[in-house]
Amino acid sequence: MSNTDFVLAIEDLTVSFDGFKAVDALTMYIDKNELRVVIGPNGAGKTTVLDLICGKTKSTSGTIKFKNKELTKLSEHEIVRAGVGRKFQTPSIYENLTVYQNLEVSYPVGRTVWGSLTFKRTAALQEQVYKIAAEVLLTGHLQMEAALLSHGQKQWLEIGMLLMQDPELLMLDEPVAGMSAKERDQTAELLNRICKNRSVLVIEHDMEFVKKIAHKVTVLHQGKILAEGSMEKVQADEKVIEVYLGH
Amino acid sequence: MKSLSDKLLGGKQGAVGLALLALLLFVVFPLWLDLFRLGLLGKYVTYAFVAVSLVLLWGNGGILSLGQGMFFGLGGYCMAMFLKLEASDPVSTKIQTTPGIPDFMDWNQLTEIPWFWVPFKSLPLTLLLVLIVPTLLAFIIGYAMFKRRVGGVYFAIITQAIALILSILIVGQQGYTGGVNGITDLKTMMGWDIRTDSAKYILYFANAGLLIGCMLLSRYILTSKFGMLLLAMRDKEERVRFSGYDVSNFKIFIFCVAAMISAIGGAMFTLQIGFMSPSFVGIVPSIEMVIFAAVGGRMSLIGAVYGTLLVNFGKTVFSETFPELWLFLMGGLFIAVVMFFPDGLAGIYEKYAKKFDVAGLVSKYASKISKKASKMIGEII
Repeated sequence: MSNTDFVLAIEDLTVSFDGFKAVDALTMYIDKNELRVVIGPNGAGKTTVLDLICGKTKSTSGTIKFKNKELTKLSEHEIVRAGVGRKFQTPSIYENLTVYQNLEVSYPVGRTVWGSLTFKRTAALQEQVYKIAAEVLLTGHLQMEAALLSHGQKQWLEIGMLLMQDPELLMLDEPVAGMSAKERDQTAELLNRICKNRSVLVIEHDMEFVKKIAHKVTVLHQGKILAEGSMEKVQADEKVIEVYLGH
Repeated sequence: MKSLSDKLLGGKQGAVGLALLALLLFVVFPLWLDLFRLGLLGKYVTYAFVAVSLVLLWGNGGILSLGQGMFFGLGGYCMAMFLKLEASDPVSTKIQTTPGIPDFMDWNQLTEIPWFWVPFKSLPLTLLLVLIVPTLLAFIIGYAMFKRRVGGVYFAIITQAIALILSILIVGQQGYTGGVNGITDLKTMMGWDIRTDSAKYILYFANAGLLIGCMLLSRYILTSKFGMLLLAMRDKEERVRFSGYDVSNFKIFIFCVAAMISAIGGAMFTLQIGFMSPSFVGIVPSIEMVIFAAVGGRMSLIGAVYGTLLVNFGKTVFSETFPELWLFLMGGLFIAVVMFFPDGLAGIYEKYAKKFDVAGLVSKYASKISKKASKMIGEII
C-alpha cells in the first residue's frame, strides 16, 4: 500500500477466531481532524476493530496504517506511544488512586522503569492536569478517590486520562453508556471540543448522541461495512434500516 | 514537588514511624534484651527484609511471590560459601583426605573446589554475588513469566515450584552444597571471629542499619512515579499497558529489587546465626514470610517489620511451651488476619490509633520544643 494523507488507513483487515470472521476484509480511512462514529448491531465487530487497531487482538491478515506507520506488528505500548489512545467500554480507571493521580499516571513522561523512578513532578505536569481536569469537568474532584466518582464521571476521567497523552487518534468505545441525558449532552460538547486537533473514532449505540457528534458514520454488520457516509445518508439507506435502525 | 528527604522518609508520619522503629532497634532492644534474646531478634530482623520486599512486590505491586525464600536462601548461601572456604583452611582440615576444602566436599569424595565456589574466595566478589545471584535468578524468572503475561495465581504457584526445585537441588547435590545439613561451622570473616559477643553486637547493628536502608530505598521507590504505577498496575493492568507503559519491565524490575532485598536479609542471617541450610529456601519459609507481611500489613513497610517481629516472638514463646500447637496457631492467625484485618497491624493502627494521632502528637511536641528553644536562644542573644 502506498502512503496516504489519512491518519488511519485500514485495508483488507481480517481477523478470524476459529474460522469465524469477526472482521472480514474491512477497509476504512479516517481523515485528519475527523470525528467518525461506527455503529452496528451487537456482534458486528465494532469493538474488535478497536482491539485490532490498538493491538489488543492480532489480525489474521490486512494492514492498519497510522500516519503511514504499520501498527499490526507493534505491541500495545508502542502503538500508544505512536499516538493512538483508546478508552474501554466499561470505565477503566485506577479506583484506588485520586483523580489527580489518575491523570498524572497517564502523563506521557517517565514511561520507562528508570524514567519513572527519576520522574519529577513539574509545573508543566500540574498545569496539564488542571487543564485536562477542567476539560472533562472534574476540577472539583481532583483529590477524590476515583472509586467514589459517579459512573459518568468515571467515563470522563478515562477520556481525560487519554487526553493527558495528547493522542492524534482517540478511540472511544461507547463513551456515553450509562450516562444521564444531561451528561450525554455534556459529553457531546466535550467530544466536539476535543476533536479540533485530532481524529476521533467513536463506537456508539445512542443514535441521538451520534447525530450530535458524527462527521461521518460507518455502519458495520457481520464484520463488513454495510454503509458509510453522512448521518442522513446512512439513515436513509435501506440495508441499514433493515439490519439495524428498523427495529 | 517533593524533596528527596520527603521521598525517602514518606512525609512527616512516615519519618516519625521510621524514627520510632530505629529507636527500638538501635536503643531499646539492645539495652533491654540479653545477648541471647538479641540474637533471636537479629534473626527475626533478617526475615523482616523479606517482609519488606513483599510489601513492595505483593502489597503494592499485586504480585504474590510464594518463593521469596529462595532469594533469602541464595543470599545466605553466597555468604556461607565465603565463610566456609575461610573456615576450611588446610590446618584446621588436616585430618581430611584432601585438606583445604570444605568438610562435606571431602566426605563426598571431592578432591578440589568446584568452579562455582572459586569466586567465593574473595570477600568483595562475594558481597557482589550476594546481590547479583538472586537478582539474576529473579530477572530470569521475571523475564520468562512477565513477558508472557503470566500473573496472579499462576505466578504464585510457579515461584513456589521453583523454590521447591531449588531446595531439592541443594539437598540432592550434597558434595557441592552441603546437602540437607546446609553449610555449617562458619567461624571467621577475614580473620574476624563472628561468634564472639562483640561481633554479635556489631552484626546486629549492621543488620538493623541495613534494614532501615532497604526501607528507605523501598520508600523512595513507592513515593516515585514508579510506586504509583505499581498501584495502577495492581488495579488495572490493561489500562497501564494502554497508557504506553511496558508493564512487564516494571514487574521484572520490582521482582528483582524484592529479590535483592531478601538476599541481603539472607546474607545477614548467615553472618549472625552462623549457618545456612535448605530449610530456608523451600516452600515453608517462603509462605511463612508471606504471613509475616500479611500480619504486619502488606501495604506498610513499617507494619511488615513489626508483623515479622511479633509473629516470630510469638513463635518463640509458644513453641517453647506448646511446640506442637504452634503451626495451628500460625495458620489460625493468618486466617484471622485475612478475614478481619486485611491490612494487618498497620490497618488496625490506621483505623484506631490514628484517632489519637500519635505521629501528630510527637511532631507537635517536637515543634513546640524547637519553638521554645529558638525563643530562648533569641532571648539569650
